[in-house]
Parts: sequence; structure tokens; C-alpha cells
Amino acid sequence: MHELSIVSSVLDQLEELKKQQPEGTRFSKVGLRVGELAGVDVDCLRFGFECVVKDTDWAHLALEIEQIERRQRCPGCKEEFRAENWATECPKCGEAATITIAGEELQIAYVEVDE
Amino acid sequence: MSQIVVEKKVLNENQKLAAELREKFRQHKILVVNIISSPGSGKTTLLERTLERMDKSKRVVLLTGDLQTENDAKRLAQWGFPVKQIITGGTCHLDAKMIEKHLADWPLDGFDVLIIENVGNLVCPTSYDLGEHFKIVILSVTEGEDKPLKYPSIFVKSELMILSKVDLLPYVPFDAELAKKNARSVHPGIEIIETSSKGEGLDEWMKWLEDKLAAVKSGELVSA
Repeated sequence: MHELSIVSSVLDQLEELKKQQPEGTRFSKVGLRVGELAGVDVDCLRFGFECVVKDTDWAHLALEIEQIERRQRCPGCKEEFRAENWATECPKCGEAATITIAGEELQIAYVEVDE
Repeated sequence: MSQIVVEKKVLNENQKLAAELREKFRQHKILVVNIISSPGSGKTTLLERTLERMDKSKRVVLLTGDLQTENDAKRLAQWGFPVKQIITGGTCHLDAKMIEKHLADWPLDGFDVLIIENVGNLVCPTSYDLGEHFKIVILSVTEGEDKPLKYPSIFVKSELMILSKVDLLPYVPFDAELAKKNARSVHPGIEIIETSSKGEGLDEWMKWLEDKLAAVKSGELVSA
């Protein structure tokens, strides 16, 4: 249940970003990238976002979340694969110790600006 | 409509503070571990047993997080090492700012080990870097063997899993081998130590800590 603090961290960063834009710039949408290892529940995040922006200057701001699957790379045969059901063993050569290359993201990817 | 590419971590502020803390810990050569588990898995008990066995010449300090009460700090203070309670007042995790604030009036010089006992929660503490060298996850045998599969993030991010309360294994339907297999399936490299408050595995755990501390002191272990 730390999704509310995550929403406020996003909005704090957008405040800062807005200050760097020309006067009167309005952000219409923010795009987040959330990996499945990030420890964030996307539904809670959406709900928290709605609650926080309601009746504020951000009320018009849309939220788009791109969920990122966990992907692994095999150090042996270089195979890259989706870690289905959290199994991290290389499906090609059976190597157990593979490396996580995606799925830990918790990022603000972009904002859209009203012209 | 136009788009501005941002590409920044959501927890940028926390990340910045954690990086500052990490640099401080590096300068002072302090080993920092962040202990995470569900409520009731035995974090405080493990720490009591740890402090009881700890070489008294080592300068160990503890920060212990809870939503309310000073109870854990009181429990841990009896071993003579400095302990500070972080009362989060409802927040379900510790963040780097809380660590910075509670360390502010402690002279870090001469400290050997900082043990952070996080709030009992397997989800939220996972997202917050505290500048530690290692996250350590505790799973007790009175929970389910499938916890590593249900809450994979913390098992992926932890260097070590402590399987606690193993003295209860004869009395509970818990398959320890399956639990370890599950942990290794989400994190193949995870180290595992089985412990109980009666003493099992505690020598191995103390050795783990001592080895990591020696590596920090020699400069061999630097946290990224």
C-alpha cells in the first residue's frame, strides 16, 4: 500500500518539470512504466492516482501505465526470454543462473503536453 | 499535442538520498543490511539472537521500523548496542529520508555494522533503496512455501533468505525443500540459511555477517 507515496512522487516530479516549461504549459497525460518486479500494484496505483488528483490542478491529467514483463538473459548461450511463472532457468540450455534484464522498472516515461 | 520524454525513476528523490547514504557508508566502511519480512516472521528475534552473539568490540547500531510503539527498540536495547526506533506513523515501509533523519545525530565514524529492521511487509519495502549493501528476506516455516512465488520481488532483490523457526518443522506442514526450491526459482543465486531462535543456523548467520563485514573493511565489498 505504498502506491499513494508513489503517486505523490510522480506529481512532485511533474511539478518540477512543469517549472522548466514555458508559462501556461498544461500536461494532459503522464506515461509510467512499471515492471512486474517493482513491487507496485497497478490497480492500486490507478486508484491512488484518481484519489490524489481529484479536485486539484492535476484533475485533467490522464495516466497511462505500461507494464513490463520480467525478462532474463542467459550468460551462457545469450538467449533472452520471458520468465514465465517466475521460472528463471534458461529454456534453451538449462542454465540456472540467468540475469534479469527487464521487469524492475518504476519510471516516468513521458508526459504529453496540450498545445 | 506533443510529448516530452522524461525517462526518470519515479522514486528519484529516494534514489538520490540512498546514493548519498551509500557514499557515507562507503567512506566510513560500515556494512549495512536491510532486513525485510512479513509481520511475525522473526526479524526482532533474529536480531536479539544476533546481538547476544555479537562480539562486543564490534560497533553495531540498529534502526528498527514500525508503524507504532517503541517495543522493538526496547527489546533490542538490552544488549548494549545503540538502537533507535523509527515510528512511521502508518507508512508501510522505510525510505531513505527516514534513515538519513535518524542517523543524523549519530557519529558514523567508528561504526562497523548498521542493521535496519524494516516494517513487517513483503511488498512496499522492496521498492525503497536505503543505501544498504544487502537486503535480507526472512521466511518462517509457519508461512506458506509459496511465498517466494507470491511475492517474488523481494526474493529477487535479496542476497540472503533466512528460513526461520526451523525448530517448528516437526509440528507444521511446511515443506522446507519446496520453499527453498521456490526461492531459487525466482532468484537462482539467493543464499539460504536455516535458523531457529533455539540456536540452529545462528553460527552460520554470524559468519555470513562477519565475512561481509570483513569484505567491507578491506574495501573488497562496495555497494553499487
